[in-house]
Amino acid sequence: MTQPTANCPNCGAPIVFRWSSSVQTVCTYCKSILVRTDVDLKKVGQVADLPPNSSPIQIGTEGIYNHHPFVAVGRIIYEYDQGTWNEWHLVMNDGSAWLSDAQDNYVVTFAAPGRTLPPSTKVGQRYIWDNETYAVTTITNAHYRGVEGELPFQYWDKEDVVFVDLMSEQGKFATLDYSDETPALYLGESVEFDDLKLKNLRSFEGWQ
Amino acid sequence: MSTGSPNPPATPHVKAMNCPGCGAALTLRSFTQAVTVVCESCHSILDAQDPQLKILQQFKKATDEDPPLIPLGTRGKIRGTPYEAVGFQRRTIHVDGIPYSWHEYVLFNPYKGFRYLTEYNGHWNDVSTLRALPTLNSFAGAVSVSYFGETYRHFQTAQASTTYVLGEFPWQVRVGETNDVTDYVSPPRVLSSEQSGKEVSWSMGEYVSCRDIWKTFALTGDPPVPIGVYENQPSPFSSDTKTIWTIFAAFAILVLMMIIGFASFARDEQIFHGDYVFDTNSRGEASFVTDPFELKGRTSTLELKTTTNLGNNWIYLNYALINQDTEKAYDFGREISYYYGYDSDGSWTEGSRNDSVAIPTVPPGTYYLRVEPESDFGHGMIHYEITAKRDVPQFGFFGIALLALVVPAALITWRSMNFEHLRWAESDHAPMATSDDGGDDD
Repeated sequence: MTQPTANCPNCGAPIVFRWSSSVQTVCTYCKSILVRTDVDLKKVGQVADLPPNSSPIQIGTEGIYNHHPFVAVGRIIYEYDQGTWNEWHLVMNDGSAWLSDAQDNYVVTFAAPGRTLPPSTKVGQRYIWDNETYAVTTITNAHYRGVEGELPFQYWDKEDVVFVDLMSEQGKFATLDYSDETPALYLGESVEFDDLKLKNLRSFEGWQ
Repeated sequence: MSTGSPNPPATPHVKAMNCPGCGAALTLRSFTQAVTVVCESCHSILDAQDPQLKILQQFKKATDEDPPLIPLGTRGKIRGTPYEAVGFQRRTIHVDGIPYSWHEYVLFNPYKGFRYLTEYNGHWNDVSTLRALPTLNSFAGAVSVSYFGETYRHFQTAQASTTYVLGEFPWQVRVGETNDVTDYVSPPRVLSSEQSGKEVSWSMGEYVSCRDIWKTFALTGDPPVPIGVYENQPSPFSSDTKTIWTIFAAFAILVLMMIIGFASFARDEQIFHGDYVFDTNSRGEASFVTDPFELKGRTSTLELKTTTNLGNNWIYLNYALINQDTEKAYDFGREISYYYGYDSDGSWTEGSRNDSVAIPTVPPGTYYLRVEPESDFGHGMIHYEITAKRDVPQFGFFGIALLALVVPAALITWRSMNFEHLRWAESDHAPMATSDDGGDDD
């Protein structure tokens, strides 16, 4: 993995990319949100204090999904009526994936572009993608709370966003992301914590 | 790598705070995963996501009204993972105006998240949320769901309201909140759906014995004895029923093979035959002895057949089978009678002209028969033939053996059906209008 380096245009601190295809990162020193251009890094925003979060995952957590080793390089934090949840940006040898962690329920998904997506939907509605039938289980009105680390796209000036979660009878999982003008689809599945064989996790006081 | 954050995220620790309602000390055991927390002193329901712990609802109840059997803060290992009891709620449904309540415990592990225990009348379930959608089936009015190849039968749909809360919850808990709860059972598992608004959440429970709960959480005292039969309680007879019928089938096959064996290997050999006439008009001594005959080979049964030409008459034959060498005698009497006639219903007959008797386990040797016929005086001549056969297959024993096997099998099956009857009597599909003797009012 190449690690192109640059300096933060805001504070001059060195910026190292874990993933060569990252489009956006956050300076770990001054919390500036930096976007890669052809020539250098441009500051587009500033991350406010992130809400307290007790996900066991952190930037640098490593694991294995479906025989593919991955490392968590970034995350997006959302807030909803059940607290906060994280979308961890995972980098694998052959691309990137997302590990969603909401109250320690773990779901791994991959961007699934090129499908026809509904402009809006309702609970119970069924869709077939890749021969799998999904039904809408929850529609979440979330609030963007911040970003950390490297992301495969620009994502920083959001406010209220809508997510639609779908499940199949075979345990497959889908998310429709309505945070941009055109909806985006992510397909994947629920995963057991133990199956991810995670390393470099956070520790919790009173727990091993 | 030197790319780590200069300020790595702090190790989350159990937060100590004070209740804005009464000032009592408060801990957040599930770190920031709790959405609501209930003050154990004043029962204010607080917003656990708010640093100021905004009061969401005041809940006036005596704190000791419903003490959890597993005290909050107790840890125990479930399927190898340690969990801590962090929340407790009582939920109540009404059936025919009678309230029934159960308890739910919220368990937490910082890596694996939340899992739940439910308790009703000493019946426990280990509950976790589903990771796939069950399929709803409706066939001939019977509603069921399938989940990964297993069918769960609809048990009950009821409106459950939260009537008591303590500790932390990973959702917005409120006292008085009501949800539609539906249970589908396939013992020892139960699938439950909870509907709030349009959204349905599914969970799966697995029956756990009281004893296991007491052991897991190292609770003191004796676990309460479960009352009645619970919806997904595994039947103590279901495996027995299967086993005993399997044993029965195995023995039945064995018995059948023995019957076939005996039938094909029995010699069924005639060893004696004699024709006799009994003159009922004669007043002389009618008893006589036959010529001796040889019983060879092994100890076996001896079948004695008597055939007569009786007609509206009877004969009583007092037999003795006597071993010539040992003088050992087998005494037995046979009464043979045959009547016939016509009446308004047509012709009728009663009795039989022939008789057969088996003498079991007769050792080999030389034997003769002493025969002593009796009948009413003056009915003319009665002709009769005596035939003795050696090693005749007898099947009566096998019938008794099968009966001896079928009785316990039937008994266990009956007890199993009775258990299922008690289970379903508590459901929406009670076989009959049964009196409500299963559930005590809480």
